[in-house]
Amino acid sequence: MRRVLIAAAVACLAAVGLSTPVLAAGAGSVKLQAGEWSFAGPFGYFDKGAMQRGFQVYREVCAGCHGMEYIAFRNLADLGYNEAEIKAIAAEYEVMDGPDDEGEMFMRPARPADLMPTPYRNDNEARANNNGALPPDLSLIAKARANGADYLYSLILGYDEAPADVEVPDGMYYNSAYSGNLIAMPQPIYGDDVEYTDGAPSTPEGLASDLTHFLMWAAEPKMEIRKRIGVAAVFFLSIFLIMSYLAKRRVWAEIH
Amino acid sequence: MAAEKFSNPVVRWVDHRLPIFSMLDHEKYDYPVPKNLNYFWNFGVLAGMALVIMIVTGIVLAMNYTAHVDHAFSSVERIMRDVNHGWLIRYIHMNTASFFFIVVYIHIFRGLYYGSYKAPRELLWMLGVVIFLLMMATAFMGYVLPWGQMSFWGATVITNLFSAIPFVGESIVTFLWGGFSVDNPTLNRFFSLHYLMPFVIAGVVVLHIIALHRFGSNNPIGIDAKGPQDTISFHPYYTIKDMVGVAMFLLLLAVAVFFFPNAMGHPDNYIPANPMQTPAHIVPEWYFLPFYAILRAVPDKLGGVLLMFAAIFVLFVLPWLDRSPVRSARFRPMFRIFFWLLFIDCIALGYLGGKPAEGIYVLLSRIATGWYFLHFLVLLPMLSIFETTKPLPKSISEPVLATAKGVA
Repeated sequence: MRRVLIAAAVACLAAVGLSTPVLAAGAGSVKLQAGEWSFAGPFGYFDKGAMQRGFQVYREVCAGCHGMEYIAFRNLADLGYNEAEIKAIAAEYEVMDGPDDEGEMFMRPARPADLMPTPYRNDNEARANNNGALPPDLSLIAKARANGADYLYSLILGYDEAPADVEVPDGMYYNSAYSGNLIAMPQPIYGDDVEYTDGAPSTPEGLASDLTHFLMWAAEPKMEIRKRIGVAAVFFLSIFLIMSYLAKRRVWAEIH
Repeated sequence: MAAEKFSNPVVRWVDHRLPIFSMLDHEKYDYPVPKNLNYFWNFGVLAGMALVIMIVTGIVLAMNYTAHVDHAFSSVERIMRDVNHGWLIRYIHMNTASFFFIVVYIHIFRGLYYGSYKAPRELLWMLGVVIFLLMMATAFMGYVLPWGQMSFWGATVITNLFSAIPFVGESIVTFLWGGFSVDNPTLNRFFSLHYLMPFVIAGVVVLHIIALHRFGSNNPIGIDAKGPQDTISFHPYYTIKDMVGVAMFLLLLAVAVFFFPNAMGHPDNYIPANPMQTPAHIVPEWYFLPFYAILRAVPDKLGGVLLMFAAIFVLFVLPWLDRSPVRSARFRPMFRIFFWLLFIDCIALGYLGGKPAEGIYVLLSRIATGWYFLHFLVLLPMLSIFETTKPLPKSISEPVLATAKGVA
């Protein structure tokens, strides 16, 4: 009986847990392809090579329109860059500082502690430069969409000829992964868009996968340590549960 | 006399002047608990633990959070990225909120199944419903604080419900908002109240426990303990049994926090609040979905709001709707069937609350809502009259010993 009750309780928890992703499903005919992610599962980790390549794709392809306002140069240490490399990367950017002693704002090369500059000063400028569409900030995009990693991967690769019955207005593009299938972002990746220095394949799939890897890290930079602590915590608590149960049986033996 | 129980002279000295040790001792050893409680009686302790976890993590989060529309979202991101183990504190807070509701829902259904709301425990039950209401208010305001899209639009939808009240509705909404839309004053007062409410809950929990200890726990058989042979001391028997539940709770919580921290949240809440852009589907947190389904089942706004509140109010009067003298569903064959139908009905309402209010979902929501009220307002009073209950055992010890032999 007791086991039945416990099973019922666990089933309730599971039912509740399973019922929620249903809510996240959007409208429209959306097709997602599942990528292979090193960060999936309880032992998931971020592939540093993929993240560095993804960062390169972001810089050379996406950063023209999309900012990453929560990422500072110092965070790039997670990608495997050392201090000197981070300083060098930061120095390639200019950021506004000030006011100086005369009360003037001035531009200076970025330092590791600075946040990465965004391409537009504000949303209005962003819209004015993009046909009225607002390119979203990418710092959290992998968590701000249902099935984030697969979604981004599919979206980048989802550009296609529109079916005959779908009319694509000017300035819009057909994308099989996007809700409603009409997206304002032009196809960003065609393959060989960037030159990888490590010999990794720069096919559309390779680039999309690397970029997704980088964006997943940006959205959830503490994932590795979270899962590492998680494995230890679950191990410890499993032992604790078993010990508690055995102790309980022993204490209750005299009652039954 | 009490002080002589303790061998430690310091404890004895303190206890003589401030008898807290005697009180604890009294609760631990002298408080009689039925010997046949099953694991469903763990959930009160688990709810209490969830409250403590929420308060502790919440206080730490408040140290790093900024309640301002321009900074709330980024201050949460700062917690997630730069505050030492801030991600852990926040994920524990987020997921324990969901677990708190899971635990409390099981606690409530346990009470329903075993008739724990019946005399003489009516006030104990009603205080529990008060705690549930306070929890819902607290959780709602807490969800607004990260100031993501669902925070903002959830707050807009829910506060707007009050505008359905005739004559004064609009004024009440303006009063709740502190302005003419959900804005900075709203966020500020929600933060203030979100910090206050858990301590109000803790206060009502104390009353809940005082009421509990007046007559002691109900039990799976639902008959009163007849004497010392039916009861055991809380310590060590139920402390150790509760520890098993606590370990299971923490294990499942750890799995959620460390491996699925966002599974019970909504991705849209990682998009900063934007008053100019409405999300495709505004859905509340999962634990509100059954009530959300009831709200939307009625075509009239005021009617929906009234029915939603009635769904909770009906729990207040439950002890007087179910007049059957037999508490436990074990001895009520008809009631048991209807209990499980109600359980399925509530799960169905939760599912429907997460679906768009269109097509077949509307009809199903109405049927499920109708069944919910039918159960409490018609079926329970009728069952109290017409149901033939099974004979009750003479005492708790009798069936306890019987099962013990049966198992052996």
